[in-house]
Amino acid sequence: MAQFLLQRLTISLLVAITVSIIGFSLLRLSGDLAAELAGEDATQEEIAQVAKAYGLDRPFHIQYLDWVGKALQGDLGRSLFTNEPVLELITTRLPVTVQLATYSLILALLVALPLGVLAAMKQNTWIDRLALSIAVFGQAIPSFWFALLMILFFGVILRWLPISGTDTWRHFIMPTITLSTFAMPQFMRLTRTGMLDVLESDFIRTARAKGLSPVIVLWKHALRNAVLPVVSLAAVAFGFLLGGSFIVESIFAVNGVGFLALESIIRQDFPVVQSIVVFISFVYIVLTLLSDLINAQLDPRIRLT
Amino acid sequence: MAPQDQATSQTANGFTAEEFEVEAPSPREVMRRRAKRHFGLIIGGSVVSITVVCAVFAPLIAPFDPYEQDLTRRLINPVWGEGGTWTHPLGTDGFGRDLLSRLIFGAQISLTIGFFAASIAAVVGSIIGMIGGYFGGRVDAVVMYLINSKLALPPILVALSVVSVFGGTIPVLIAVLAALFWDRYAVVTRSVTQQIRNQDFIAAAQAAGCSNARIILSEVLPNLANQIIVIASLEMAVAILVEAVLSFFGLGVQPPTPSWGLMVSEGRDFMFFKPYLITIPGLAIFVLVIAINMMGDGVRDITAPEGRN
Amino acid sequence: MVTDTADIPYSEDSILAVRGMNVDISVPAGTLHAVTNSAFHVKQGETLCIVGESGCGKSITSLAVMGLLPANATVTADVLKFEGRDLLSMSQKQLSELRGNRMGMIFQDPMTSLNPVYTIGNQMQEIYVRHGKGNAQQAKDRAIYLLEKVGITAAESRLGQYPHQLSGGLRQRVMIAMMLMNDPVLIIADEPTTALDVTIQAQILHLLADLQKEFNMALILITHDLGVVARIADRVAVMYAGYMVETGSSDEVFNAPMHPYTQGLIDCIPIPGKTERGAQLGSIPGIVPALVGDQEGCMFRSRCDYAMEKCAVGDVPRQALGEMRGYRCVIGPEQAEANLQASRAKAAVAAGE
Repeated sequence: MAQFLLQRLTISLLVAITVSIIGFSLLRLSGDLAAELAGEDATQEEIAQVAKAYGLDRPFHIQYLDWVGKALQGDLGRSLFTNEPVLELITTRLPVTVQLATYSLILALLVALPLGVLAAMKQNTWIDRLALSIAVFGQAIPSFWFALLMILFFGVILRWLPISGTDTWRHFIMPTITLSTFAMPQFMRLTRTGMLDVLESDFIRTARAKGLSPVIVLWKHALRNAVLPVVSLAAVAFGFLLGGSFIVESIFAVNGVGFLALESIIRQDFPVVQSIVVFISFVYIVLTLLSDLINAQLDPRIRLT
Repeated sequence: MAPQDQATSQTANGFTAEEFEVEAPSPREVMRRRAKRHFGLIIGGSVVSITVVCAVFAPLIAPFDPYEQDLTRRLINPVWGEGGTWTHPLGTDGFGRDLLSRLIFGAQISLTIGFFAASIAAVVGSIIGMIGGYFGGRVDAVVMYLINSKLALPPILVALSVVSVFGGTIPVLIAVLAALFWDRYAVVTRSVTQQIRNQDFIAAAQAAGCSNARIILSEVLPNLANQIIVIASLEMAVAILVEAVLSFFGLGVQPPTPSWGLMVSEGRDFMFFKPYLITIPGLAIFVLVIAINMMGDGVRDITAPEGRN
Repeated sequence: MVTDTADIPYSEDSILAVRGMNVDISVPAGTLHAVTNSAFHVKQGETLCIVGESGCGKSITSLAVMGLLPANATVTADVLKFEGRDLLSMSQKQLSELRGNRMGMIFQDPMTSLNPVYTIGNQMQEIYVRHGKGNAQQAKDRAIYLLEKVGITAAESRLGQYPHQLSGGLRQRVMIAMMLMNDPVLIIADEPTTALDVTIQAQILHLLADLQKEFNMALILITHDLGVVARIADRVAVMYAGYMVETGSSDEVFNAPMHPYTQGLIDCIPIPGKTERGAQLGSIPGIVPALVGDQEGCMFRSRCDYAMEKCAVGDVPRQALGEMRGYRCVIGPEQAEANLQASRAKAAVAAGE
């Protein structure tokens, strides 16, 4: 177990370093950052001054190490647009994004788990086909379009729900539904497949041969084995939802990290963009690590070897 | 058929005819039979074919020039709406451009970007995956590390940032999407290669003195072809969706090019009183993506039914 | 459909009595006749071995008795009685009260037959508690007692272990102990040693035979290993392509096999001292035929040395030689006896060369 943990940690650390390098270099690829900062009419001299002021004249790896060093002390630089500290920009907007992603994850699981189990138990019936169709629809529908359709239908035609902002729980309904369609199909398919595999396994036949009731066979013997992969996916999907929430946030005017990322990309506000990209990657890395640990806890085969 | 293996005949939960069939038809014949019965494959394949035909012959099919603006004919409803005419069956947009023509030309963009992004990603991802699976050990560790690093990055955000820097031209979009979606090929080809690597025909090829590159290309790759095609179709659907997202946010294909995602975005200004401007192009994306998915699932079902679900 | 086994008498004290049992499975290609017109019974303290090649319907027979067949299978029978109660008229709920309680089943692959995420103790206790035999503590005591009975050391500590921590042989012992938790009157063991190491196989079979005597149970052992059958069976049923082609006591079947298939099978057993080292192992050429769709005639005719035209038409009659002694062939007993002598003489000549 200790070795397993150490190995996982090492991989995660390596990946984290790589991702931070990619995140950092991503926005230096654009060419001369100093020229852009200095403005369109700047002379060579002015550009050189700006480069010096921002430390852009130094070699790339020095700039990177400098950035990492400061980042570790909580200094992610300042927004080129508002001049606010990037860390503050992110932390003030993070709660609402996390809130949205959490709701969406819960909704996706609430729909996907029962549906997946039911589909597997009633394989090749209309329930199964319905569940698979929902998954196909969820996967194929462009989420920005789905969001607009909901605004049109529930917001404008029926006038049931507010179409932007985050003031009340009712504001969260449409964004949550939209975002959850991101993750729901995967959960559903994985639950269904897992359940189908498990239901065909020998130990389920043993459980039935022991005369256990169908409820016990399903809930005790089948489900726990079937949801093992879903648990790891759930952690990963949370990171994925954070990264994808910008679509929903921008359409429903949710002032979260995703919206900030999109605005910053459009404004070419590099310090903010690279910090968010690296931040979301780190969240993902931590979550995959966490999901490995949860899985090890649930599955004695991993825990004890 | 050889005497039944006890394990298959003992399966408690389901018996298949194959287990007891004596004369097996050729694999190709089996595939053809399955394909004829596969509802999803037929529907998906038809929709994709029609879209491809529209895209290829767009200049001949489209009734109008997709770029031609006519401010006197702005925002005409589709034929089923109030004041709609057959001249503009799907109506016109805010610049008076014919929506049907733009839709037909838009298919070119979606299909081109989707196809090339998925194909390039397939080549890159499969090579990486096969190398990792074939050589194992440290090489495989490097491959796994590459895959993990790739998975950690939020794909669409990274795509948006890169495109914002390099500009939303079609080659840039293809390159960026290909760079972001190679991982699934790598994961699948890696694990299948690991299984294949230990089989006798690989050992035979090694004993015969074939080079590793040759073994990978002539012994491993053919065994992966079906899976790669299936992933490619699913990834093409994803690439089309992501292109639509990028264009919707103004960072993908640039106006006045008729990308479907861009058309939804342009229709947004009028969505409350001319909803067809967003419903129609959005529906086009949705239907094409579903059709490609159905086709991909169908190909998987007829080539490797055991890989279902 | 012939039901000429319906009238074979059986004593009322049989633990399990089966007459005229058919199992049909609907598959996309049609109806698969997995078991046709089967008849057998077992009494307390008796061991019945069902033998035959893979895919001949042995396992399906046992699953049919347990009520564990998939939904696409239908079981019909003139008689299907367990302890005098008709199994076919029972609901799934009533059946589940018998399963694991009055009758237990041991499966082929112990590596996959135990749930990987629960401890041995958990899985052993639940079968006891489920059938209302007592509380968790009593279940634990009984589990320890039985684990020791099946030859597992440090039984108490094993209860906290997970299946993957045990070897295949140990897992099969656990499986056996688990099925004995409620003192069943019948155990069906479906190729319990096929998946195990050769050295462990004999141990497990001896264990089963010993436990059967000690607990005075009826045992149905399904196997394709005739050597095993010869050692522990009281009675034998030979299956081919869904038919029980020959039944009888162990002595009768081994000493005077009547059906060409049984004769072939028994000739395949290497006999220590008699079969020469390096001599080719006998085998019956050909394969088990497809069972989908309606069939006519004898299923074995394509592989049979004595096949003739009348083998291809109509139903093959059951030649009754005694109460549970019979075989299904067009060849009468005298001719069958003569065929056996002739082929043994030929084999002796061949061995003498």
